[in-house]
Amino acid sequence: MDYFFTEEQEMIRDLCRQIAEERIKPVRAELDEKEEFPREIMKALAQADLFQIIIPEEYGGLGGGCLENCIAVEELSRACCGVSTSYAASFLGAYPMLLFGNEAQKEKYLPLIGSGEKLCAFALTESASGSDAGSIQTEAKKDGDSYVLNGSKQWITNGGEAGVYTVIAITDRTKGARGATAFIVEADDPGFSIGKKEVKMGIRASATSELIFKDCRIPADRVLGKEGLGFVVAMRTFDKSRPGVGAQAVGVAQGALDEAAAFARVRKQFGKPIITFQAVAHMLADMAVDIEAGRALVYAAARYIDSGAKDFSKVSAIAKVFPTDMAMRVTTNAVQVLGGHGYMREYPVEKMMRDAKILQIYEGTNQIQRNVIGQELNKEYGRKK
Amino acid sequence: MKIAVCIKQVPDTANVKLDPETHTLKREGVESIVNPFDLFALEAALRIKEAAGGEIVAVTMGPPQAETVIKDAIGFGVDEGLLLSDRAFAGADTWATTAVLAKAIEGLGDVDLVICGKQAVDGDTAQVGPGIAQRLGLPHVAFVKGFREIENKRLVVERQMDDGYDVVELPLPALITVVREVGEPRPPSLKGKMRAKKYTVPMQGAADLGLDASQVGLAGSFTQVVKVFAPSHSGERRRLEGSDEQMGAQVIDALVDNQVIMLGS
Repeated sequence: MDYFFTEEQEMIRDLCRQIAEERIKPVRAELDEKEEFPREIMKALAQADLFQIIIPEEYGGLGGGCLENCIAVEELSRACCGVSTSYAASFLGAYPMLLFGNEAQKEKYLPLIGSGEKLCAFALTESASGSDAGSIQTEAKKDGDSYVLNGSKQWITNGGEAGVYTVIAITDRTKGARGATAFIVEADDPGFSIGKKEVKMGIRASATSELIFKDCRIPADRVLGKEGLGFVVAMRTFDKSRPGVGAQAVGVAQGALDEAAAFARVRKQFGKPIITFQAVAHMLADMAVDIEAGRALVYAAARYIDSGAKDFSKVSAIAKVFPTDMAMRVTTNAVQVLGGHGYMREYPVEKMMRDAKILQIYEGTNQIQRNVIGQELNKEYGRKK
Repeated sequence: MKIAVCIKQVPDTANVKLDPETHTLKREGVESIVNPFDLFALEAALRIKEAAGGEIVAVTMGPPQAETVIKDAIGFGVDEGLLLSDRAFAGADTWATTAVLAKAIEGLGDVDLVICGKQAVDGDTAQVGPGIAQRLGLPHVAFVKGFREIENKRLVVERQMDDGYDVVELPLPALITVVREVGEPRPPSLKGKMRAKKYTVPMQGAADLGLDASQVGLAGSFTQVVKVFAPSHSGERRRLEGSDEQMGAQVIDALVDNQVIMLGS
């Protein structure tokens, strides 16, 4: 299907596809097996200017939008979701600076992130605070010209690998949802350290770690937006980033179909390639239908967001829910098409199935996405009556 | 530091087929690429530029369509390119090729370092690099696998040898040819590719370089290709029979008898 990309968008797709084929595919199984962070690949992505995609031109970037990001993420995910998660998480950390940073903050951090010199990360989740983001405990207290952070963050992608973190902490516990603030924390700030690195089911090439703040003192000019905007920063960031998770889903599903269809053409049973059996052919056909529907949705949502639309929480949630549920179905069926081979680590589809699962969970579980969609429907139909 | 990198457009030999009748390369439908060894030359130049600053110019001799390799080089991040193209250049052997490349490099002015891949995958001569050095009167080191020191007026390099490597210091200006170990070529960059799309490749012919038709192309060549052929198989052939174990034992015996391998005690 032709989605009528611009020349620049085609260039992004082709370059990402080339890097995925040449650099990621040959090492993905080993990275997965060893739970090894793909530093060499991140360096190649930086050399290819891929961290510049969403950085505005005035800060040395390419000034691309949500669609350009989705195109890159989809292609990288087709080869390895662990790699694409590490890549995309840098943008997740950078979006708050793009959306709410002041001139000095943008000038200082965006060029570092765009060049790939520093990876970025976003830290909201805590051990007792997942979907209920309002219950976070990490505190930031103003003290003269600085803030002092105490607490810890859990399951932070790029934790320990990033040089710059966007951290949401409570500045005024009495104000509820308006009592949180977003801060920029640098890896070498005093009192900041990395705790446990998690051992995961999938996306094992990516680093997922605990962040510990023990009297972590940062200058007061590291506040993003202003005090009390923490959750607004987080929600606006997720609205922008969620189609990217949808793009990961489309990519991993496409990668699984690539493997399943190629296998079904060469695997013979009863004297014939198994793709000639209708039971198998229909599974592959359903996968292709699912993937194309997901892809069209992700691109349409990304284009809508890039058009300057104001209120896109619902669109963004839809562009995460459908593709990620779809990717779980498709990767599971890919394992089924490969049968016993699919269950073995020697073939890549079992990894894809393990990788796909996280997409239904992170950046807001699919249940939370449905809450968002439901709330928006309630508002829309309330207005219409 | 001003660096000139010589690159060549070659058929993608990984996908090339031989015409069974004429034994020549079937070039139709075969994609043209940058000679793979020249990608290491570009990578070496980019690393030196990162370490010491400066400017990189990619130079190629070839037909007009060879401008695509210059655009590829711009995509990797080189600053400028130069295509040397002229009907008179056709049929050049390595000597006549060096006449053109050396003149062009001279014309760039103040080049501190010339870098070539160790050889091209289509000709496999490995003569053009050293030939350019000879023409320009530059010191040269072939088969460079790494850099120890990079300074404005001198380089210390590691030269790959069969049984290890040499460490060689050479004053600049100089020429080096590089091998794979010099570093994996980076991917092209988005900014580079965008620049390449708009980049107009400067072109020079024999007259621009001040070369006479007798010095270039077939006329300026000492050698010419008379015939290309696949060597016929020679030597004794023996057919082994028996079980796998028996045939395996016969292979071992034959290898030992002919002193290809030695069995340890």
